[in-house]
Amino acid sequence: MNTDRLIEMLSTNVEPVKTGQLKKTLALTLVAGGLAAFCVMLSTVGLRSYGGGHYGFLFLKLGFMLTLIGAGTALLSRLIRPGQDGRRLYMVIFVVFAVIGLSGAVALALRPAGTWGHMVMGTQWAMCAFCIPLFAIVPFAALIWALRRGAPTNLRRAGAIAGLVAGAVGAVAYAFHCPDDSIPFIALWYGAMVALCALLGSMLGPRLLRW
Amino acid sequence: MNVSSNELELHGLMLAGLAGDAIAHRSLLEKLSTQLRGFYRGQLSRVGRGSVEAEDLVQEALIAIHTRRHTFDPSQPFTPWAYAIARYKFLDYLRRSYSSLKDLPIEDVKEVISTDDPGQVESTLDLEKLMAELPSDMREAIQAVKLDGLSASEAAARSGMSESNVKVSVHRGLKAMARLIGGNRL
Repeated sequence: MNTDRLIEMLSTNVEPVKTGQLKKTLALTLVAGGLAAFCVMLSTVGLRSYGGGHYGFLFLKLGFMLTLIGAGTALLSRLIRPGQDGRRLYMVIFVVFAVIGLSGAVALALRPAGTWGHMVMGTQWAMCAFCIPLFAIVPFAALIWALRRGAPTNLRRAGAIAGLVAGAVGAVAYAFHCPDDSIPFIALWYGAMVALCALLGSMLGPRLLRW
Repeated sequence: MNVSSNELELHGLMLAGLAGDAIAHRSLLEKLSTQLRGFYRGQLSRVGRGSVEAEDLVQEALIAIHTRRHTFDPSQPFTPWAYAIARYKFLDYLRRSYSSLKDLPIEDVKEVISTDDPGQVESTLDLEKLMAELPSDMREAIQAVKLDGLSASEAAARSGMSESNVKVSVHRGLKAMARLIGGNRL
């Protein structure tokens, strides 16, 4: 085929194209994925009953995860376009993990060693480790679908951040069930599960996002 | 040509093309094809390959740039965007041509803006064969709108599809062609 002929073909009847759709698509996908994760949580483990209050740890969990979702989504809106990336946003993600990890260590240091086991493992660590990736599946699929509508050129990284955001969305859903209120628990289980989702995403990215 | 004046010109053509200006879009693709030819010849020789495949890559990149136009951010420069696609397509080509090779170096855009090459413009790809592999609705839509030059509404009247269906089929068909060129099944 002659390149001039191809160019003629491509530039015959050129349709106007909107460039602002990708961010909207990502935002809508995120909301839809979040709602789906919340519904899965309600229909499986259900809401925790708080009785009289003490929402402090819920807010801590949500704050931790929403910061990751914010930075991750901002990164995705760049990674979905060819040749764009955002160094500062990786720093935000790193700092969030570092702060929660350090807070966990400080919280342990302030208590006698005999209580550490309960603080770290809580009452439902296995449930937490199982549910966060489970709740992340639908948001992850939705984000991959959205990314495929764009043109990511760094597939491993785009997959990793999609996994991170999906994991954090899953963790937000799980937080409404989670009966374990301690910073070391949040740092270890929430942190590790979201990191695991990011790792899985980075492995799946090159396969799922290729175009 | 001076890199920054080149960038300004291409950026302007891109914006006009996005607004539906076919002449600007054609001019953009023509200028890009010359630059991409030089880019791919250079890249191929850098990895010790002949330039036979350069034209296939040029055409694959042109289709990708065309079908992924909506991912261009008008507030950003054009050249890095286009070369990110060109480089992505090159790495993808290397991956499928010798999958054992991993972690290829990716260098800076500045380095890769290479000399123009108006040379050979014939690729090993065969448009008729590519078209024959497309599903019939996509093939008909591309034939009518892109090859016969009918408007979407004329094509709709001819094929019995709705106008929006014709537009969608053209877009999907071009993407499918890009995938076929990339050696994937539909």
